Amino acid sequence: MANLELPLQSRMFANDGIAIAPIGSLERVSLRADDSAFASIEKVLGLTLPKKPKTSVTKDDRTALWIGPDEWLILGQDNASLMQAFGKLRSQKFSAVDVSHRNCAIQISGENAVMVLNTGCPQDLSLKAFPVGACSRTVYAKAEIILLRTGENEFHLECWRSFSDYVWKFLLDSATSL
Amino acid sequence: MSAPNRIAGHGRLSPSNAISFTFDGKRLDALEGDTLASALLANGIQLMGRSFKYHRPRGILAAGSEEPNALMDIARDNGRRQPNVRAGVQEVFDGMMAESQNRYPSLAFDVGAVNDGLGRFLPAGFYYKTFMWPRKAWDKLYEPIIRNAAGLGKTPVEADPDKYANRFSHTDILIVGAGAAGLQAALTAAKSGLQVVLADENPELGGSLLSDGDVRIGGKAGGDWARNVEAELRGMDNVTILTRTTAFGYYAQNMIALVERVSDHLANPDSGLVRERLWQIRAGRVIMATGAIERHLVFADNDRPGIMLASAGREFLHKYGVTPGQNIGVYTACDSAYNAAFDLKQAGVSIVAILDCRPNVDSELLSRANDLGIKVLTSHAVISTSGRLRVKSMQVRSIDGGKSEKYEIDCLLMSGGWTPSVHLFSQSRGKLAFDEDKGRFVPDIYMEDCASVGSCNGTDDMAAALAEAKEKTNEAIKLLGGKTSRAKALSVENACSMDGFLIGSADGAGPDDFVKAFVDFQNDVTAKDIRLAVREGFRSIEHVKRYTTTGMATDQGKMSNMHGLAIAAEMLGKDIPEVGLTTFRAPYTPVTFGTMVNHSRGELFDVTRRTPMHEGAVAKGAVFEDVGNWKRAWYFPQGGEDMHAAVNRECATTRKMAGMFDASTLGKIEVVGPDAVKFMNMMYTNPWDKLGVGRLRYGIMCREDGFIYDDGVVARMDKNRFHVTTTTGGAPRVLNMMEDYLQTEFPDWKVWLTSVSEQWAVIAVNGPKARAIIEPLVEGIDMSGDAFPHMSVREGKICGVPTRLMRMSFTGETGFEINVPANYGQAVWDAIWERGAPMGMGVYGTEAMHVMRAEKGYIIVGQDTDGTVTPHDAGLSWAIGKNKKDFVGIGGLRRPDLVAKGRRQLVGLRTRDGNIVLEEGAQIVENADVPIPIPMVGFVTSSYWSQCLGHSIALALVENGFERLGETVFIPMEDRTIAAEIVSPVFYDAKGGRVNG
Repeated sequence: MANLELPLQSRMFANDGIAIAPIGSLERVSLRADDSAFASIEKVLGLTLPKKPKTSVTKDDRTALWIGPDEWLILGQDNASLMQAFGKLRSQKFSAVDVSHRNCAIQISGENAVMVLNTGCPQDLSLKAFPVGACSRTVYAKAEIILLRTGENEFHLECWRSFSDYVWKFLLDSATSL
Repeated sequence: MSAPNRIAGHGRLSPSNAISFTFDGKRLDALEGDTLASALLANGIQLMGRSFKYHRPRGILAAGSEEPNALMDIARDNGRRQPNVRAGVQEVFDGMMAESQNRYPSLAFDVGAVNDGLGRFLPAGFYYKTFMWPRKAWDKLYEPIIRNAAGLGKTPVEADPDKYANRFSHTDILIVGAGAAGLQAALTAAKSGLQVVLADENPELGGSLLSDGDVRIGGKAGGDWARNVEAELRGMDNVTILTRTTAFGYYAQNMIALVERVSDHLANPDSGLVRERLWQIRAGRVIMATGAIERHLVFADNDRPGIMLASAGREFLHKYGVTPGQNIGVYTACDSAYNAAFDLKQAGVSIVAILDCRPNVDSELLSRANDLGIKVLTSHAVISTSGRLRVKSMQVRSIDGGKSEKYEIDCLLMSGGWTPSVHLFSQSRGKLAFDEDKGRFVPDIYMEDCASVGSCNGTDDMAAALAEAKEKTNEAIKLLGGKTSRAKALSVENACSMDGFLIGSADGAGPDDFVKAFVDFQNDVTAKDIRLAVREGFRSIEHVKRYTTTGMATDQGKMSNMHGLAIAAEMLGKDIPEVGLTTFRAPYTPVTFGTMVNHSRGELFDVTRRTPMHEGAVAKGAVFEDVGNWKRAWYFPQGGEDMHAAVNRECATTRKMAGMFDASTLGKIEVVGPDAVKFMNMMYTNPWDKLGVGRLRYGIMCREDGFIYDDGVVARMDKNRFHVTTTTGGAPRVLNMMEDYLQTEFPDWKVWLTSVSEQWAVIAVNGPKARAIIEPLVEGIDMSGDAFPHMSVREGKICGVPTRLMRMSFTGETGFEINVPANYGQAVWDAIWERGAPMGMGVYGTEAMHVMRAEKGYIIVGQDTDGTVTPHDAGLSWAIGKNKKDFVGIGGLRRPDLVAKGRRQLVGLRTRDGNIVLEEGAQIVENADVPIPIPMVGFVTSSYWSQCLGHSIALALVENGFERLGETVFIPMEDRTIAAEIVSPVFYDAKGGRVNG
């Protein structure tokens, strides 16, 4: 079988109060759904879809991120068989599209993580406005990103793969100019 | 000590921290904490620059950021050099190089000063009036001369090696200005538990408290109180203090832009330190405590070096222990100038006299002056001054007339009263009201969530200012849900009075006087320039501003506004509020390009998008072209080939054997849901109902107007799932347009759009051997021509990974587009290469792709169409569903002008001499032998050398082109006229059999 080559493979950065590292292979599904399909989707996914802006729900190795009023990004560990799960649904009133390779992810952690992100992201990332588990489709400089807070000082950033080199370099430029 | 004007025992600097710098190449001493202005004054230097238009000698006017004259070129080295830095803002660091500007050959002897003598020939609007005709003189004479003379300072020529940064931030309360009112507001806000940011443009908090030796707050000296408050605030987690930080712009919804000068004051900044940081702070509530700016007085020759604001004199003494002169005159309309005179006198400086243009002055001030032995003349004015490079004397006369008297001086302090700094408030779209009694505009109607406190709000009395700061801050805290403070406002003693003012021209500079009395020092605008503008018919203050240039550039009305307005109002015979006020624009003070751009330079200037197979293309020696933000492999030269040779070889290899091509940048959208077919029918001109699962169709998308917007091949993966491809550049806008229709026109349809452009790497393999090459790598798909015909799609595996394998062709040869999940792209590419190369397969780039598709007459949207081409014009009528009742563009396509004869239609062109390759964009005419302008009937859209055909080919849009096959047209070029025949756009394999091979 052909080898998998992830963007940002083998890059790494650490400095005072900040560590930036690529996140390995994940399964990702872009989910759009009609209200009438929620119940059956939640059943096959084994989790309740978050319904409030800026929230996410994690159960076992799957996380659902609220992206828009009828849009979620579902993240699963590699080979989580998400698309297979959606294949079992009888409702047709949804769209599940495999975007595992469209996106790639970067972890930003450390006490300066918020400052590094706020170099390019205009959102309020204080714990009050963006607590652990909060997520949002937003921007980082000129790139569209999805940001998920996985810990007080830890974030999971998703961007399209061809933007990842730019995002990575901007993060590093930020981390070295605090 | 070498500095003659440094007074021991005064100021906040330590004499042990001596440093040195150069000014125009001369080495001078300074103390750490000096500004360039204070250091030069300490050294007895008053002459610091030449004025913009008249090249008049100028010195310091103000001690802070409102300085209009003393603009310097400041450098660490050649790369790190900045022009137009205000001397009162730049802190001296050891080794700093400062240079004066706008002079040649030297500051003391400046050739340009001839303009001063010509002053009467350089009135307001001089450039508008003079450089009018002859028209030709503009390019050769006027423009270069004006360009050379215009502008201040020299642009640095080397790349700036410094780093600049950006930070977005949110806070509950942002306080701008850390004078007495700002500190009181910060203290109140800090105890509320809310997030607080306090920003001040100076290195130290305290504002005017630091230049006031008398005032006491809460029983402490003002400066000590400020220091204690700062220490207290710095100890609190919820407070961020930003010093050397100027709030320069107020934008919608309480977004404030600030610039923090991080390292400009350091002799050896740490290499990791940025030079400046842009802060973009979104605040729940903004409290503006921006203070007031002292005005000068408008009298004859009020601009000689040594003539400055009284507050500046006081600030130099108290902050830096520097006196601006040894024999000082004071000319005022305001009480606060007395305090400057008193303080300097007590420091041992001679005060020649205080001339007060007011008849009645507060008796306490008069008696204190008397006690100190300072002569005060009320109802007196300075009517002129003398001294070429520095003020030497002043002529003083009673306002009631009589003879003038001469006083020898080396410095003149002046005050016309105080102008509240309402710049940020005005930028927030707040409306001002005119306070007639005090001759000033103050904030009136608020448009944003903000408050003004202290002297920027016209609250001059310091006790009242502190009470106001507390009250407004408590209001803000309440609104934001914090804990309000009940602490009593602090007591204030010995605060200096800011009463008294004069706006407009002073005595001796009235309408009947022909003197140079400057209103705007930076733009060299005098009182008579403003009067002239009004006499010449300008009525609106905005027009007067532009005609005279008063208040333009970096001044933005800080110094000149009120005087200019008052003079114009007087000439117009109107009240000041009737004449109105010019707009205050951001930035409040100049901001460097570095700060604006911050991180976005070099490779971070914009996103560079690379495909999953980019590195593989690099390894094969690809030359890349930019397509939008993408890098695409353009061609792959071998062994010293030029582009032409490489493209010829790539085309030939593909047509004879096979070629592989990275098509990953194509836009891809997955359209999914029970209403997917309905939606596709609406968005594309083609019919989709009967397209079977597993089949492909070339689709065209129009705008409402009927013109082609995008095209691409669409795969039906399932009953309710389409895999749509778009052009590379069109991907985002096609998705936007689809989403727009879906959300606004068909919100009830159950269909959803997902971009999968980057999910799939796409490897196109085209050529007679394409199938043979990939067949053994494919699993689970019957590759035979019958089972897998042209224009169909199958799902299976290739090299062990899932694929959407499409049989299609953009070259006219048998073709496959292999979609694999992007992270497998490189590996699959390598596997195909490994198998294909020994079979004679090559790799081709976008240029060969362009040639081969043009040989087949396949259009490229945006190259062969330009937003005014319909599917009919492009020869694609077959792609419009004849029985369709509706689709986007159906109405537009019926417009009379789109169905009328004479439209430009896409045809092929063959030059009579097949070796000539036409220029893309070249105009086409029917007859080149008629006089210019020759009516043009079309233009060339695509043109290439076709190696496989042995002659050039071109596509063109030509009027009635479809009916003119066989006709000869002409393409006139600069050096020759080229004849060409109109032919079918399909040059190669007209029957189209090769795709089925």
